[in-house]
Amino acid sequence: MTQSVSLTINGRPREDHVEPRLLLVHYLREVAGLTGTHIACDTSQCGACTVLIDGEAVKSCSVFTVQAAGKDVTTIEGLAQEGTLHPVQQAFWNEHGLQCGFCTPGFIMAAAYLLKQNPSPTDAEIERGLEGNLCRCTGYENIKKAVRSASQAMNGGTAETSANLVGSAAAPVEG
Amino acid sequence: MAVTSMIGARIQRREDPKLITGHGNFIDDVNLVNMAHMSVVRSPHAHARIRSIDTSAALAAKGVVAVLIAADFKAVIGGPLPVTNSFVPDKKQVPEQFPIAATEAAYAGEPVAVVIAEDRYLADDAAQLVVVDYEPLPAVMDLEKAMEPGSPLVKSDRPDNIGWDAAFPAGDIDAAFAEADVVLKQRIGQQRLFPTAMETRGCVADYIPYDNRCTLWTSTQVPHFIRLFVGGALGVPESQFRVVSHDVGGGFGAKLRPYPEEYLATAASKITERPVKWIEDRTESLQATTQGRGQIFDVEVAAKRDGTLLGLKFTQLLDIGAYHGVFSAFQVVACLLGGGCYDFKAIHARSIGVFTNRMSTDPYRGAGRPEATHLIERIVDIVAREIGMDPAEVRRKNFITTFPHTNNFGLVYDSGEYERSMDRAMANIDYPALRKRQEELRAKGRYTGIGFSTYVEICGVGPSSATAPAAGIALVESSMVRVHPSGSVTVSVGTHAHGQGHETTFAQIVADTLGVPYDSVEIRHGDTGDTPFGYGTYGSRSLAVGGMAIMASCHKVVDKAKKLAAHAFEASEEDIVVDQGRYFVRGNPGEAKVLAELAFASYGAGLPEGMEHGLEAVSYFDPPNFVWPFGCHICAVEVDPETGAVSIDRYVAVDDCGNVINPMVVDGQLHGGIAQGISQALFEEVQYDDETGQMLTGTMLDYLIPTMAEMPHFELDRTVTPSPTNELGVKGVGEAGTIASSIAVINAITDALAPFGIKHVEMPARPDRLWSMIKEARA
Ligand code: FES
Ligand code: FES
Repeated sequence: MTQSVSLTINGRPREDHVEPRLLLVHYLREVAGLTGTHIACDTSQCGACTVLIDGEAVKSCSVFTVQAAGKDVTTIEGLAQEGTLHPVQQAFWNEHGLQCGFCTPGFIMAAAYLLKQNPSPTDAEIERGLEGNLCRCTGYENIKKAVRSASQAMNGGTAETSANLVGSAAAPVEG
Repeated sequence: MAVTSMIGARIQRREDPKLITGHGNFIDDVNLVNMAHMSVVRSPHAHARIRSIDTSAALAAKGVVAVLIAADFKAVIGGPLPVTNSFVPDKKQVPEQFPIAATEAAYAGEPVAVVIAEDRYLADDAAQLVVVDYEPLPAVMDLEKAMEPGSPLVKSDRPDNIGWDAAFPAGDIDAAFAEADVVLKQRIGQQRLFPTAMETRGCVADYIPYDNRCTLWTSTQVPHFIRLFVGGALGVPESQFRVVSHDVGGGFGAKLRPYPEEYLATAASKITERPVKWIEDRTESLQATTQGRGQIFDVEVAAKRDGTLLGLKFTQLLDIGAYHGVFSAFQVVACLLGGGCYDFKAIHARSIGVFTNRMSTDPYRGAGRPEATHLIERIVDIVAREIGMDPAEVRRKNFITTFPHTNNFGLVYDSGEYERSMDRAMANIDYPALRKRQEELRAKGRYTGIGFSTYVEICGVGPSSATAPAAGIALVESSMVRVHPSGSVTVSVGTHAHGQGHETTFAQIVADTLGVPYDSVEIRHGDTGDTPFGYGTYGSRSLAVGGMAIMASCHKVVDKAKKLAAHAFEASEEDIVVDQGRYFVRGNPGEAKVLAELAFASYGAGLPEGMEHGLEAVSYFDPPNFVWPFGCHICAVEVDPETGAVSIDRYVAVDDCGNVINPMVVDGQLHGGIAQGISQALFEEVQYDDETGQMLTGTMLDYLIPTMAEMPHFELDRTVTPSPTNELGVKGVGEAGTIASSIAVINAITDALAPFGIKHVEMPARPDRLWSMIKEARA
């Protein structure tokens, strides 16, 4: 027994027939082919599956696909616009806010939502805003830095980085 | 651009663009046409006889392709899981483990059947319909109970539950203890931990029928190792078996062995003639992925009243689980490092490995070294407290100061400057001010504490001269450097990166060593189809061993390029000068050729007489010694005596990993490592019910992985003492943070609780534990 569902993903409308029990995260990954949204738990703890639904950060493992009918879903693949990274993506890169990168899409989506709600969060607000996301690699130090730096960049400042840094991947600055 | 500045530069990682935009290629992102899905039926019992398995209902379920049990696999899988020849000289019992249980399951989570179906929902549905008739048998969950005579046996075909019992005596221990003013004893625990990589395990097996070829995509730290063993058991030679491990979402030691599911999925692909995918879910992972630590140390120390450490006796009791992990016996290395960075006259250590009805333990970030550091650093503080000396001064009095230093067990510490890192950490945290403030706060009824951890660790496994006698293996590392005709460079390595940033840092090394632009260098790893055999990534070895293999190939390429340049300039090779990738005749730097030009020439006509075409080299590097990072971490905490809650006020670390290739990456490794040690100190513990053998921490709801809010700010600093062991002067940093941090936190908590007369605190120091201790002390 499948059910028809229409929704918009990263600006593109689509319609599919899905089983009512199909989780949104599985739909995104396996039907829509958008594998950037990850799964790291089965109890809604980790936040790796975070996407935006109508602009709000949601753990897509805790939503059935049919519940997203008529909604506007943004995944990590839809965050960069016309080849330009979202400031949060850029800040994660600049600040070494990722190591294995598995938790990263979820963190970036959650952080993008946080900064939209609260453009200049305090450290405590960053901690509260991202407490639904787990990372095992970074000890969170550089994720916090990345969110602070993205906040500055989005508020019109230049992304202030922890060390002298360059925009290109290749140019060394120290040593 | 001065190309020689790449080593040591903070360069953004080239790994990141795909990862921050959702274009990584993790195991669950691999999808093949006609792929079926595997679900594993696991024993719910810690110990049970399997009387029968009825697969008929599952087979009849919607979308089911096959239901397979041990008998089906016996026909396809030719042997048991590997166990490395022990690092322990006296291995008592090495029971074989077949990837799936046939008649007896020895831990909750052991595979007993698999279902192959059209999608993962259907596979999971049908797995519920497999009916297994179990006869529960007595289980033993506690390692000390398992050692008792008359204990239930972990598996009924074993004589007892002892995996190994090995003694490591060094020096005249009785004489050392006879000299002592104080002899102190302490039991120190190391709870079991889930490594908890955020990406669980998983694999996709694609066996081509009638061709005996296979590709296995798997989430692993050791692709070549997997190919060797899984291919071997399935009868597919390495030349026809390709293992691919693309992006891997964390390993931490839990992905460095061939696992049952890799055999089962590959065999299922062969049996069903379909590609088969298996993705572990988190609850399954907590049962079926190897765990860390699970040890108890009984320690006795002899010291003088002036702070001189004399002798150390300890026994490591290690909970192996139901079967040996592939590298479980490596953790015995804790015995050889129990003396830490101090001079002891004598050390006698003993390690007893004990089977229990739990999942196997195996290396977890640090593997034996966090345990060694935790025990010796705890003991030094216990001595300091007893004799009324500042813990820093006891350390200073006993530090090893001359290098190379041969420790009690014959291991040679290559270089170190322990006092310098401690002084620097003490200055960074302003130790005198902190002590003063502690006194003031105590007067007000507030309990702050300061904890030291001065550590030394062994990494860069490993020199065959050491590993061959102990374990029968040579943990060398490999590289292939190929300069293409137009000058771009492909470097293939046998190591594997899963967050460590090798694609960036190795390229930095190559750019400098070959004198070519960084962007022209591509690093390839993780695909046995296009990389030379290597032992993979663990034990902080990739740079000190793998990086050196890359250097060796680069040198060979430069040597050949010099010959090409000599030919081009009609000069003798001795007169060719190489400066930052420019080759010229001595005295004539204006007329130079860059490597790309020489590479182009190497593939063309008119080579020197007898020279082969092409510009490439393959190297295997066998290090002359291990490498020995060290440092000092100081943690400042406050404990709320009413709730037992701990807050970390400062965390200062000064680490020395030798020369640094990319400081940003090094700091990142330290952050993550420190966080895992802090988390062991404060939060994490795998718990099983002792009676039923059921796991009590079976989901992420029950097993506490810290969030951002629980982690302090890390104040990092470093000293640089180059390693004399390798040309790069590098050591390793992947595990240092974890090795150092748990005990810095525990020593700080114990210091904070000193006014209550509390002398020792076990991990995890959760509020309820501390609250009860304070309550008891007050009573
Ligand atoms: S997968 Fe963990 S919260 Fe969704
Ligand atoms: S970067 Fe690996 S889990 Fe966060």
